[in-house]
Amino acid sequence: MTSQTEIGEKGTAAAETRRAARAASTGRAGDRVFAIATRGSGILVLVIMAAIAVFLIWKALPALRSDEANFVTSQEWSPDSTPARFGIAQLAFGTVISSFLALLMATPVAIAIALFISFYAPRRIAGGLSFVIDLLAAVPSIIYGLWGLQFFVTKMDDVAVFLNDNASWIPLFGGDSVGGRSILTASVVLAIMILPIISSISREVFQQVPQANIEAALALGATRWEVIRMAVLPFGRSGMVSAAMLGLGRALGETIAVAMVLSTASGITLHILKEGGNTFAANIANTFAEAGANGRGALIASGLVLFIITLIVNMAARAIVARRKEFV
Amino acid sequence: MAKRIEVSGLHAYYGQVHAIEDISMSVEPRSVTAFIGPSGCGKSTFLRTLNRMHEVIPAARVEGKVLLDSEDLYGSEVDPVAVRRVVGMVFQRPNPFPTMSIYDNVAAGLKLNGMRGKSRLDEVVERSLRGANLWNEVKDRLNRPGAGLSGGQQQRLCIARAIAVEPQVLLMDEPCSALDPISTLAIEDLIAKLKEHYTIVIVTHNMQQAARVSDRTAFFNIAGTGQPGRLIEVDDTSKIFTNPVEKATEDYITGRFG
Repeated sequence: MTSQTEIGEKGTAAAETRRAARAASTGRAGDRVFAIATRGSGILVLVIMAAIAVFLIWKALPALRSDEANFVTSQEWSPDSTPARFGIAQLAFGTVISSFLALLMATPVAIAIALFISFYAPRRIAGGLSFVIDLLAAVPSIIYGLWGLQFFVTKMDDVAVFLNDNASWIPLFGGDSVGGRSILTASVVLAIMILPIISSISREVFQQVPQANIEAALALGATRWEVIRMAVLPFGRSGMVSAAMLGLGRALGETIAVAMVLSTASGITLHILKEGGNTFAANIANTFAEAGANGRGALIASGLVLFIITLIVNMAARAIVARRKEFV
Repeated sequence: MAKRIEVSGLHAYYGQVHAIEDISMSVEPRSVTAFIGPSGCGKSTFLRTLNRMHEVIPAARVEGKVLLDSEDLYGSEVDPVAVRRVVGMVFQRPNPFPTMSIYDNVAAGLKLNGMRGKSRLDEVVERSLRGANLWNEVKDRLNRPGAGLSGGQQQRLCIARAIAVEPQVLLMDEPCSALDPISTLAIEDLIAKLKEHYTIVIVTHNMQQAARVSDRTAFFNIAGTGQPGRLIEVDDTSKIFTNPVEKATEDYITGRFG
């Protein structure tokens, strides 16, 4: 009788263990589902990337084969004529210089705004200001385009003439036929567009600076600016680089605002006040609708180059961020 | 170099909260003064008023006088930044600059003071690291990140950083509370050595530590939650730990409360 009870008790204990095990195994199944889901999402991204690349290459190849000019160095763009002659030199130049100028203008301002919000502004102003900055990011790019074309271009006309008259000894500001619909205007509009993303990411980075480091600098007798230089900027360096690169990525790919602001004209020139210039994205937006089959292929080929440029920018950003990884 | 601190009628507030009330005491040069007391009694707050770090916190303010060899740290024309350059501080958690090498951490304060020239910096960095009993452990890896050291080494690095600028007073806010006993011992030995040159004030929760390292001990207490902290008694350490005047002090050091 006693032994029976014992066995019974053991049985119950065993059942409990099994139940516990089953509960645990449900957990393991959940774990597995989660692992598969996350891994799947990761793979999906790669698949999408590869699919985009394959699509671009596949569509671009026929047009590239028909190209009688050098695709990399030619400044012409007449893919639908016979023989087809087109090259990306001007597009690449316009894209890179306008984005680079935009980055050059936006980054210092964006970081200064982020520093002001994080360390100088009274709390109430800081809240309002960061809200307004984030709001800038939410403005659709067509609005920037309209504003740029209708308002900003007319103002930039005078600025361009003034700079050309007074500072033409700087090569960038020299040249003839200066006006508002120039690479410089496009760059300024782009700078305004990428300002919020750089600023808000920098702000988040600055907020992660450990209070202990800030106090360490203060206790050494650092002024506010010295605290920023000793503790904040070095800590936020990689974050600021990523922020700038994200901004650059947006500037490189920005289409509609640039397409509206620039008056399309061919030719590569360093004179950024000159009316005209073109970028990959603006060229695609402006000419895709009227392009013939070969023209579309050529535009897609140019898109592929843009894709590669943005990839390189992002990889460069990562390399910069990783270089001093052991610090931070 | 070492200076005497004379505090009179000092109150500190966090917004509406009255954190410490009416503290008057003096700290002797070239000696170690320990602040003990239960948590929340205001000893860390008081410590931070001695180099004007208290006011770094939004809405925090201080009333009263802190004289450093007869110069009032809270005088209207005194720049808090200048105060912190002569009153150094070591924090509870080691806080070397994570982006800087060991060398740059020690040199950080020197560069703030405008010291330039590699040979001079080299010399002071070595002297400070030797002063913090860290030189032999790090001399071959001065360009490695300071954050890669062990906790005890990091704390000694922070001490080296603080003494590199040759402050007149060194404040230590529970410098050993995040450290193991061996590292604690290393820091305590260091404190004994540093007091030959510096006026040292140390906040500690460890009464044995206070008894071991300090010449004088100040006991702080609060009457109850929400009440401001007060200085109960300050005297020679041997007297505080053997024959205190106040009953509250005796209760605390014998472990009857707190």
